[in-house]
Amino acid sequence: MAILGAINPMLSVGLDGDNAWRLADYVKRGGYTALRRILEEKLPQEYVINEVKKSVLRGRGGAGFPTGLKWSFMPRSFPGDKYVVCNSDEGEPGTFKDRDILRYDPHSVIEGMAIAGFAMGAGRGYNYIHGEVWEIYERFEEALDEARAAGLLGKDILGSGFNFDLFAHHGYGAYICGEETALLESIEGKKGQPRFKPPFPASFGLYGKPTTINNTETFASIPYIINLGGEHYLEAGKANNGGTKLFSVSGHVNRPGNYEIPLGTPFATLLDMAGGMRGGRQLKGCIPGGSSSPVVPAATMMDCTMDYDSISKAGSMLGSGAVIVMDETTCMVKALERLSFFYYEESCGQCTPCREGTNWLYKIVHRIEHGQGRADDLDLLASVTTNIMGRTICALGDAASMPVQSFIKHYRDEFAYHIEHKKCLVPVDVQRAGSGFFTATV
Amino acid sequence: MEIEIDGKMAHVPDGSTIMDAAQQVGAYIPHFCYHKKLSIAANCRMCLVQVEKAPKPLPACATPVTNGMKVFTHSELAVKAQQGVMEFLLINHPLDCPICDQGGECQLQDLAVGYGGSASRFQEGKRVVFHKDVGPLISMQEMARCIHCTRCVRFGQEIAGVMELGMANRNMHSEIMTFVGRSVDSELSGNMIDLCPVGALTSKPFRYAARSWELGRRKSISPHDSLGANLTVQVKNNVVMRVLPRENEDVNECWVSDKDRFSYEALSSPARLTKPMVRIDGSLREVAWNVALDYVTHALKDVVGTSGGEALAALASPHATLEELHLLQKLIRSLGSGNVDFRPRRRDFSTDGRLDGVPWLGLKLSEIKDLDAALVVGSFLRKDHPLFAQRLRQLAKKWGKVSLLALGADDPLINLHARMSVSPARLPLALAAVVKAAAQLKGEAVAAELASVEPCATSQAIARSLLDGERRAIFLGNAAEQHPQAAQLHALALELARLTGASCGFIGEAANSAGGYVAKALPTALNAHSMFAQPRQAYLLLGVEPELDCHDPQLAVSALKGARLVVVLTPFKDGAAGDYADVLLPTAPFTETSGSFVNSEGRLQSFTGVVRPLGDARPGWKVLRVLGNLLDLPGFDYDSSEQVRDEVAPGGEGFVQGLNNGLHSLAVSLPAPTEALQRVADVPIYAADPLARRAAALQKTADAMPPTARMNTQTLAAVGVGDGAAVRVRQGNGEVVLEARLDDTVPEACVRVAAAHVSTAALGEMFGAINVERA
Amino acid sequence: MLTSESLKRIDREIAKYPADQKQSAVMASLAIAQEEQGWLSSEAIEFVAGYLGMAPIAAYEVASFYNMYDLKPVGKYKVSVCTNLPCMLTGGVDAGEYLKQKLGIDYNETTPDGLITLKEGECMGACGDAPVMIVNNRRMCSWMNPEQIDKLLAELK
Ligand SMILES: Cc1cc2nc3c(=O)[nH]c(=O)nc-3n(C[C@H](O)[C@H](O)[C@H](O)COP(=O)(O)O)c2cc1C
Ligand code: SF4
Ligand code: FES
Repeated sequence: MAILGAINPMLSVGLDGDNAWRLADYVKRGGYTALRRILEEKLPQEYVINEVKKSVLRGRGGAGFPTGLKWSFMPRSFPGDKYVVCNSDEGEPGTFKDRDILRYDPHSVIEGMAIAGFAMGAGRGYNYIHGEVWEIYERFEEALDEARAAGLLGKDILGSGFNFDLFAHHGYGAYICGEETALLESIEGKKGQPRFKPPFPASFGLYGKPTTINNTETFASIPYIINLGGEHYLEAGKANNGGTKLFSVSGHVNRPGNYEIPLGTPFATLLDMAGGMRGGRQLKGCIPGGSSSPVVPAATMMDCTMDYDSISKAGSMLGSGAVIVMDETTCMVKALERLSFFYYEESCGQCTPCREGTNWLYKIVHRIEHGQGRADDLDLLASVTTNIMGRTICALGDAASMPVQSFIKHYRDEFAYHIEHKKCLVPVDVQRAGSGFFTATV
Repeated sequence: MEIEIDGKMAHVPDGSTIMDAAQQVGAYIPHFCYHKKLSIAANCRMCLVQVEKAPKPLPACATPVTNGMKVFTHSELAVKAQQGVMEFLLINHPLDCPICDQGGECQLQDLAVGYGGSASRFQEGKRVVFHKDVGPLISMQEMARCIHCTRCVRFGQEIAGVMELGMANRNMHSEIMTFVGRSVDSELSGNMIDLCPVGALTSKPFRYAARSWELGRRKSISPHDSLGANLTVQVKNNVVMRVLPRENEDVNECWVSDKDRFSYEALSSPARLTKPMVRIDGSLREVAWNVALDYVTHALKDVVGTSGGEALAALASPHATLEELHLLQKLIRSLGSGNVDFRPRRRDFSTDGRLDGVPWLGLKLSEIKDLDAALVVGSFLRKDHPLFAQRLRQLAKKWGKVSLLALGADDPLINLHARMSVSPARLPLALAAVVKAAAQLKGEAVAAELASVEPCATSQAIARSLLDGERRAIFLGNAAEQHPQAAQLHALALELARLTGASCGFIGEAANSAGGYVAKALPTALNAHSMFAQPRQAYLLLGVEPELDCHDPQLAVSALKGARLVVVLTPFKDGAAGDYADVLLPTAPFTETSGSFVNSEGRLQSFTGVVRPLGDARPGWKVLRVLGNLLDLPGFDYDSSEQVRDEVAPGGEGFVQGLNNGLHSLAVSLPAPTEALQRVADVPIYAADPLARRAAALQKTADAMPPTARMNTQTLAAVGVGDGAAVRVRQGNGEVVLEARLDDTVPEACVRVAAAHVSTAALGEMFGAINVERA
Repeated sequence: MLTSESLKRIDREIAKYPADQKQSAVMASLAIAQEEQGWLSSEAIEFVAGYLGMAPIAAYEVASFYNMYDLKPVGKYKVSVCTNLPCMLTGGVDAGEYLKQKLGIDYNETTPDGLITLKEGECMGACGDAPVMIVNNRRMCSWMNPEQIDKLLAELK
């Protein structure tokens, strides 16, 4: 079973069985009908882009940018090469949905990318796959072979005259390569250092050519949009938040995993689907959109529905849809320390505020966690985050700062306790019991 | 585009950045990573400014201007952002300004005074970064000072054309380094020192020699290659401590080559000749000036009196000043001799008397960037002309099609359109093939001599590139001028230029390669070769070291050894002149004399001495003037070097008159090429002139390694030795033992043995027949 | 330097990119070299750089930027444990501690017999399966409790 639960599913329909990922299975589920229809009926590029616009599909990679609008930025009449790139570098802590899409349904991504290539007149695509999920990379290569053999990729697809080549590129351990321009640098065979924007990829992307980058789930949704029609897709979710979305639920729940729900579904419903809180303990806080999104305290979270607008109103971001659930056994200082270490470690090192600032943030939080906090450390942290945010080349600077700001905002007492008493508010053995490592049976 | 910066209006072209616009209105925006000649990295974030309607501060260096944009560089938002960045830059920066070489000229130090807080809020331990050894020129001892602006890395990739430095690792462990501790070998590497805004990369020879504020800054001109790089020479207590580029966009932009930068070490080397020396009882002894001059006057009078003026010959270095060259030829002619030359490395003189004017580049250096195509014939481009090559590199990066017809496949680090690498004997044929291809493409008939030439695909590609586009140029390099058929190469290049409409010119070997023609330091009788082939009784040598500088050192040295009188005007006493000179007169190098050089584009640049002459050395023009006076020759009454200069070049500074590469009455004829083993001699970059040869740090670089006998796989097999074996190399009566090296960049049937080095000085002609056998 | 099998694999990677963009294959090529040789020596990095026509330092930049390349020799098995927050909440840190204690080494150390190197990893994109660990960059092990870890260690010989 690929996706642990769903309400009105699209992406996760029919993904049972060991061979769900195979071309034959995908075709049995209705796969490649969207691409086939577009090519056989010679639908215009405009039509495809319009359907995507109507669907109000918002990018599933984190920023939630409307996909149809992004596609329309590509210079249609540009004479040279153009590229479509899929971002499967899923490295945002808490996110593991793209892995399952590629594991159980790689052809939906291939089809989505081919449709995108058609719509934007791009002849080549790359799927950049997170290095740590190696079997996924190998499986995707196999799926590509299947698609090529079936004439669904390559020259003159289905006899339509449309050419689209698609290749897989693997990462090798750098979170920053999830940032779209770092990803492009990485495909070019360089360090994954983000580029300053403008110019945006639509005008200067891979190898300097016009390029569109979307998340795996975004591409996977495209065939459904074309099959259903943009409006129907939109209706599956709620206004301004089209369709269903996969949520990766991790942390202190009974059934961590991926769940597909319509955007706008209450958080409480999602939490129930995930089996509720482990051991019946109390929710303490939740990071609703991947580790970079601000933490939301329990009460506020329980009032949220899972969509871009509602989460944003709660002071956080839907991001990639990674829901990290923390119960009362969590030490918020330790949680933040681990996140701060991550951002310090993963900073590409290029721009000053991020390179120096993330390290400084980590050192301060580390100091607090280890009983060496100072009275003015919380103000210092606030000031350092202000000096990072909005002043870096890419959004990693913000991503590193938002957890710090939100954790201190919502759990200030716990930080103050740590500084004053040089130890955790939540006793260490309680924390350990919370993890369940030594007790849980799976 | 109209933009307002701090209330001042600016009009800038589309595509400009806020930084460009700010520079236009004279608003200073603090910055580190931005450099006008490098790509934009926007990584230091020091240049954050406030832009109206933008929610966050934006980097001025990377943000494109939009119409009606309002920018505030010193608003509270901007200054707060800048201060924030400065705090970040300083948290891991060592506070070692008092002992830092960059102290006093450090951008970080300067800006920290303006933007830094007084006490650090960073209480953690600072980052530790290990020092690196990257060779004799650049010091990377204190890499903890690095602020990761990546200017040095971008310089390598973009200007030097070779990535030797990189930023390894990531996050705060990012570190600038070479690949596994290798040295930085680029001939332009010193510019990275200038580019480094802090004291991370410093000059190894200069380290701790002086504090920047103790130094006097004087203008000068490089005496090395034909570019005429503008220099700032820094002096302390009458000693040259450091040489830096002086920006001149039309000449050297803001760069200098390492040769320009580090040769100054020779100026205070122990090899300097500080007193006149005269051979007494078989050995050279220091004497007073009047004794030496008296000796020379009498000896010259004696030779000329007994055997006539033709018994006397004079050879000057093309690195000598215009004034020196003028006075030398005037002196020689006044003594009744036509044997004077300044082209010691030339072999073919058949264009003499057929030139329409002063040979030159054929266009201005600043026009190179606008070329559509360029062909360089016979040049070891990068090492012969580092900054000229750099201009072609930038051209090739944009749109220009740069092709190379050379005596080896050395990597010019230029994205070439086409290249041919041939033996010296085949060079005229290869050029003829391009001429023929151009004629065929234009549907024109060719001279009968070219009837049998068959253009290959490469020559056709080159010809086509020279026919396309508006502006194209053909450049003849040093090897083309030193070539035994230099005149034919010249004539063929002119024919190619005529057919294609390209300009045609000479890159020129030395600082005064064009100037020597302006000064007419040219033979009316024996030239630089024949004056030795037909030995004279007396020689006057000016700044030249024939054993290293002549096309055929064997021939030159044997003539000098047999002469009755050899007078050498030189700044150095350690050369082979000790074996053959009768008199050494200590003359001043460029930093100790006034003078002028005419660079390859015909630009006359005058300079003054920046320090007093060392010991009893005297400016060469003064020595020659006094000799003229002592010899009772008319017209030697000058008060200043300017007077001398104005006599030759009445226009003074600026472009000289009479630049013309035309030839008259010289027909194209193609001798059948020999297939016998030939020598290919390059002049290694740090062996090219007497100063570079004595610059200690340069002599420790990879480029200064002693010559080897380089051969390609086939030649090596034919000789029957392996890579690394010792071989005996023979030319004429001279032989040397060298290490054989496998080098597949060397053309067929050639042995590459560098000239200008003591270890090969016993050999003969640069491109002559050569013998190699197992030693 | 590399076996012809590895070179064939590298050639296949190169073919994925436009002809003038060989450098794009550097990540894959370094991974292949590491797979063959166990780690990335400077010789291997230089070889790959030369094969792809790039400056050695440019290849080194790449090799030192991405976490999964090993620029120093590692044990026969490299076990990377994810300790990032989602894993930590459900035992990632504890799993790391358990491994340390079992193997008698700390992170970034190798067992004296050269068998196992222990690394602390970052998010592997599998948080739902926490705690997770990866063996030799390839094999992902999910839901690791003490019993599972014991089984894994018994298997790594
Ligand atoms: C530090 C950082 C990490 C990111 N990581 C990912 C990622 O792992 N996967 C992803 O799809 N997008 C990631 N993004 C967002 C991408 O830059 C980009 O917005 C996205 O791939 C666009 O696709 P979408 O419009 O379909 O969401 C990241 C952004 C930042 C700043
Ligand atoms: S914000 Fe961080 S990750 Fe992004 S470019 Fe700057 S240093 Fe690199
Ligand atoms: S000068 Fe603009 S970011 Fe460095």
